[in-house]
Amino acid sequence: MTTSETNSLTLFEDAPLQLDGGAALSAITVAYEAYGSLAEDGGNAVLICHALTGDQYAAGPHPVTGKPGWWERIIGPGRLIDTDKYFVICSNVLGSCMGTTGPSSINPATDEPWGIDFPVITIRDMVRVQAALLDVLNIDKLLMVIGGSMGGMQVLEWLTTFPERIHSAAVLASAARHTAQNIAFHEVGRQAVMADPNWNQGRYYSSNTPPDKGLSVARMTAHITYLSEDALTQKFGRNLQEREEVTFGFDADFQVESYLRHQGSTFVDRFDANSYLYITRAMDYLDIPSRFGGRLADAFIGARAVRCCVISFTSDWLYPTVENKRIVHALNAAGVPVSFAEIETANGHDSFLLENPEMDMMLEGFLASAERTYAPKHGSTGSIGEQQ
Amino acid sequence: MTSAPPIRPDLQLIADLIEPGARVLDIGCADGELLDFLVNTKQVDGRGIEISQTGVNKCVARGLSVIQGDADNDLAEYPDQSFDTVILSRTLQAVHQPKTVLLELLRIGRKAIVTIPNFGQWHVRLSLFGGGRMPVTKALHRTWYNTENIHFCTILDLHDLIVEENIELLEFVPHQKNGKRLKMGLKRANWFADQALFLLEQ
Repeated sequence: MTTSETNSLTLFEDAPLQLDGGAALSAITVAYEAYGSLAEDGGNAVLICHALTGDQYAAGPHPVTGKPGWWERIIGPGRLIDTDKYFVICSNVLGSCMGTTGPSSINPATDEPWGIDFPVITIRDMVRVQAALLDVLNIDKLLMVIGGSMGGMQVLEWLTTFPERIHSAAVLASAARHTAQNIAFHEVGRQAVMADPNWNQGRYYSSNTPPDKGLSVARMTAHITYLSEDALTQKFGRNLQEREEVTFGFDADFQVESYLRHQGSTFVDRFDANSYLYITRAMDYLDIPSRFGGRLADAFIGARAVRCCVISFTSDWLYPTVENKRIVHALNAAGVPVSFAEIETANGHDSFLLENPEMDMMLEGFLASAERTYAPKHGSTGSIGEQQ
Repeated sequence: MTSAPPIRPDLQLIADLIEPGARVLDIGCADGELLDFLVNTKQVDGRGIEISQTGVNKCVARGLSVIQGDADNDLAEYPDQSFDTVILSRTLQAVHQPKTVLLELLRIGRKAIVTIPNFGQWHVRLSLFGGGRMPVTKALHRTWYNTENIHFCTILDLHDLIVEENIELLEFVPHQKNGKRLKMGLKRANWFADQALFLLEQ
């Protein structure tokens, strides 16, 4: 059995968090799940960073949908990230809506939900909150921080901002900056939300009629970017939905339409439209190289003692191999020990969430060697090699 | 030195030339046999590049830092002189741009160790001369249409290129596939050696 506790802590009560956007935010509540138990030497802590619409329920059932955790395949007793061995933490990111402070939380100044008065946040702000959570949990240093997609972006910010607090870092299907195409797709999603009359400038919390239509369209668009043409063709082709012929109307004639509508309509049950705006914005603002005069390698100078692993997927066109390789080349140029593989699959960006033996083998080897080289009491081993 | 299980004899010849504690890049590191040996016996700071997923996975499981890639495409991103020694073992004949790769090795590494299968060896010459077909020998065991080797060269060919590019040849170690060294000069070795190791410096 996975021992899991849903917890929530309030941080930054005494001193507010200075956000990248210039605002200060105090009394930030962080909701997190923890699995397993922390070793006496504190050397078995693993932080899982979730993606855009993910949450802290990485390995446990989701309280709203009742579905298994989003990475239950990987995390659990005897699994790849073995909760019998490791103390695994996953916290809901800043700006989200599953218990961590975000636009749906109450603004203490007005006693009303923040709505779009909530300050715009960045990926690094999310990471600062995670670091503060670890302080309270008494974890100085992580054995590993791992995440895919936006989770990978958080891992990269861990490398730029708190490299001394991590022994190893795994980045899956991610990027160090959002491209014009990435921003473009997010903008379509945000415009869909804001075009829904129920959005009402972000003030819909008291109305009981949230902008479900808009958020659902946003999700449908985004969902296409998580798949690949091959995956869609294999899964649906031009198959019709419970009918023999097209209806010459605008019903969901095709299975793919029905599938996307379902994705959209179930998403709105568990996600807040304003959170979607804020988190997509945070991702769009990500441009790590720009903070270092355009040289991404300089972002990782402080991370030379961190063992890194980057994985991309052949059919991922959202964060394609070329973007992941930019990270790898920069890590290499900075002298950070890094392993990289591009894994063959038709599953598109979503691959990091799905069954994939090659990915598992790589992560398993990486985690095992990270553990072998980690001496928590004495700090980092500093060497990329290991004695056997 | 820490004891470690023995490695393939021709890899041992390479290992013998690596300084303890050096920064080493092994291009085409396969399952990481050489790199792992160097990390364990010479405490090198070792990195690898390997094209196959299976190879990368084996390397990562050994705790090595290896990226999936190849010599033609992945060297340009490394800063100048970021390694003490760059190793390209039995791979030069399989790259698209051997000259560019050779120069890249010496840009990113202070020294380079290049080993090649010798296409000038008498078996090979005899096979082409007598049989009239592209040689298939112990060292070059694939037929012309399915070999990954696209730029064959002899010991003398590589030596010509080295001279042409003003590269310094620090050591020349002709040897057989089983790792046995041959004590002979370039011309004789070009007849008799299965393969040869060149230690180079720009």
